[in-house]
Amino acid sequence: MTSADTAHPEGPSANRQAATLELRHISKRYPGSDAPAITDLSLEVAAGEICVLVGPSGCGKTTAMRLVNRMIEPTSGDILVDGRSIIDRKPSELRREIGYAIQQIGLFPHQTVAENIATVPKLLGWEKRRVAARVEELMELIGLESAMAARYPAQLSGGQRQRVGVARALAGDPPLLLMDEPFGAIDPINRERLQNEFLRLQGEIRKTVVFVTHDIDEAIKMGDRIAVMRKGGVLAQYAPPAELLMAPADAFVEDFVGADRALKRLALQRVRDIDLWDVPIVRVGDSAAEARRLAAASPIQHVLLVDGERRPVSWLQPTDLTGDRVEYHEGRVTMVELDDILRDALADLLQGQVMYGVVTDHGGRVAGVLSVEIISEFLAHQASGQIDEAPTPAERLA
Amino acid sequence: MTPAIVLASVFGQFSDGLDFLVHQRESVAGGVQVGGSTMWPLLGKHLEVVGLSMLFAVLVAVPLGLYLGHTRRGDFLASSISNVGRSVPAIAIVLFFSSYLGLSLVNLVFAMALLAIPPIFTNTYVGVRQVDGDVVDAARGMGLSGLQTVGKVELPLALPLVFGGIRTSVVNVIATATLGPFAGVVTLGDPIINASVYGEAGRIGTAILVAALAVTAEILFAALQRAVTPAALRPQRRGLRERLRTSPRLAQVADTPT
Amino acid sequence: MLPLAQVHIRDRTAQDPSCVAQNGFCPDWIRDHIGDYMSPLLRHVELTVVSVLAGFVIAFALALLARRRRWLIGPVTGVTGVMYTIPSLALFAILLPITGFGFVTGVIALTSYNLLVIFRNIMAGLDNVPEAAKDAATGMGMTDHQRLWQVELPLAIPEIVAGVRVATTTTVGLAALAFIAGAGGLGQQIITDIVFKSNIVTASVLCILLAAALDLLILGAQRAALPWRRAAG
Repeated sequence: MTSADTAHPEGPSANRQAATLELRHISKRYPGSDAPAITDLSLEVAAGEICVLVGPSGCGKTTAMRLVNRMIEPTSGDILVDGRSIIDRKPSELRREIGYAIQQIGLFPHQTVAENIATVPKLLGWEKRRVAARVEELMELIGLESAMAARYPAQLSGGQRQRVGVARALAGDPPLLLMDEPFGAIDPINRERLQNEFLRLQGEIRKTVVFVTHDIDEAIKMGDRIAVMRKGGVLAQYAPPAELLMAPADAFVEDFVGADRALKRLALQRVRDIDLWDVPIVRVGDSAAEARRLAAASPIQHVLLVDGERRPVSWLQPTDLTGDRVEYHEGRVTMVELDDILRDALADLLQGQVMYGVVTDHGGRVAGVLSVEIISEFLAHQASGQIDEAPTPAERLA
Repeated sequence: MTPAIVLASVFGQFSDGLDFLVHQRESVAGGVQVGGSTMWPLLGKHLEVVGLSMLFAVLVAVPLGLYLGHTRRGDFLASSISNVGRSVPAIAIVLFFSSYLGLSLVNLVFAMALLAIPPIFTNTYVGVRQVDGDVVDAARGMGLSGLQTVGKVELPLALPLVFGGIRTSVVNVIATATLGPFAGVVTLGDPIINASVYGEAGRIGTAILVAALAVTAEILFAALQRAVTPAALRPQRRGLRERLRTSPRLAQVADTPT
Repeated sequence: MLPLAQVHIRDRTAQDPSCVAQNGFCPDWIRDHIGDYMSPLLRHVELTVVSVLAGFVIAFALALLARRRRWLIGPVTGVTGVMYTIPSLALFAILLPITGFGFVTGVIALTSYNLLVIFRNIMAGLDNVPEAAKDAATGMGMTDHQRLWQVELPLAIPEIVAGVRVATTTTVGLAALAFIAGAGGLGQQIITDIVFKSNIVTASVLCILLAAALDLLILGAQRAALPWRRAAG
């Protein structure tokens, strides 16, 4: 979130302990249908982890997720949250303790952003002041100005609506969160941002998350563990992303993960995890001769002009440095962030048609340079067989 | 009175009313025979009024709806005509016409046609407008003239809705024709309005007859509407929910009971 | 009651006696006698408001039943549809032996005409609530009751109100025949002198104005009550 660093992860009403989740031999068969929707599904999710359910359409991943808050009842088997079976719980009360976000978001059009976010706290019977404080806290957490609280969903952009949907799901501070393709209806650029925002948020709030997607790239990016499912609700493999990519359990998983799984491993590393190049930087008014010397000494043969806040302005080559002093130049710089995954960073470089991208930190300040060379070296190194013990998506951001 | 006695009295009055329809009797003031076979001329007049005003209404409303629908003009007219039409009391129109033009069958027919035109016009217009623009475009592309497009494409596709409008209007007009005596035309409304002549039995019996007539017309024209719907557009046996949603009656929020 | 014109000869004193004598349209006469129409107008308002309210309450109850038991939709639509088809003059007459001559009979008949339109619109309104909003409501732990009152009904209001508006304007028109049941209203005023144009025009125009006024009132109330619709543009 854009203002996540100012949010209160330990806010007045936040952060109940995350819950563990266990599905035991779950089967689901719809009446009048021969094929089962879920076949003997067992999996465990550790507290604070993101478990991604992924698979082709009709594989039962959404059904599996909806079993957890009893939107769908299993035919047989048991589900335990924090070691306690949910089967004897009253559905509506169980659901208030489980966050719920869906692709179509389902914001209530007749309620303001604040009222939407306050839904579960009100259902839980919180007192007014606590609800208001929680809403304000969540607005800040998802990076929406407080002026937006009085808006109606129809007045928001798609990305804003999605953020409000996530905030609404988090409002009751649930120890467990269900997300069904929460970013599925968003354009690719905004989806990438929302994914990053959510991972950063998860680094703070540490919920247990069940995340459904049909997109293997999203699964690899978001998941601590990934459950690949196939038709009939059969679990094909349940493993951390790196293991899934290195050692697919069978032909189905291998095929689903795709022939480009070496490239997909780029999604497991962030820009901050690899060694970047240093970049010579200059400011307006510096000595031009010195700047020329720095450019000549750098493998890039350029220096980077930055502003007073160390934010990149323009690349300068020796021919730009003619006078006594460095002068201001208008320019175009392709930038990637420390928190970007390598796959997205590479895509940005290719899209900008440049060999080098300036890496910036959270405040937009220069942290180094990423080049296509660095990435290809990284891939070559990985292909030689070592699997680094990949950090969890949230750890990679912390 | 105990409920049983009330029930018996109600039942007695209804059966007396039905008896009135079957057996002729003397009027309340005496001297004139009413009920039984003397009801035939009233029924005949009623149907005559209904038939003439419907004929007139269809001849005006269908071509107008087709024309405006084909040229895609008249959205405002179509919506406002049905809104205003609803709140104008039928009796006001009937009396207004007869007070200006005198008591006669022609005036009554004219007044009732005015009431019958809005639903037919609106439905025809909507029926033509809802025809897929691509279909019309394809027809024109194949070289059909404007008139041929209307006759071969737009009218057949709009026909179910046109008949929906006619069905609404027929029921309305059967109801409004009971106001005939106010315009000096002795329809089935006469025994209902002039109970002092026909007696309570006459009033109730005729009311039942008129109700039955309206319900029969509704059923008959619903069947007719189904019959003119091209087989391809005819709904398969679908869920009630969908039928409720897409039934032509739904398009007739404009219809007015009278 | 035959012939009707003889029932009651009105007071026709006015500035232009010839206009009145010729049963014409006489603005002066209308100006002097408009007060005589206020009491029938009030009765007309009563008939309309009570019938629409009663129709709404019954249709609402039926819709809540049919929401969970979908098989009820067919029978309810069928029965209310038949009620809707029966000519009002006939229905007023048929009710007389059962409920007698008076206001109540008028209200019962008028109410029966509202059921179909309001029921149909409530069902359509509930059916058109976005599936995602309903799913989210249940998924966040609303009970069926909470979902109905906090999500579905508020979102169905525009369609429900549309039905009430149609019912209201229709009822104003139909109530002009309630005199047959002895329920009074502007129709009663019309038939006191059915050859006098001033009388017919005054009563009819009051009917139309009443319908327009009630319609605007409902529309205004809806606008004020539903800020989210304005936001949606």
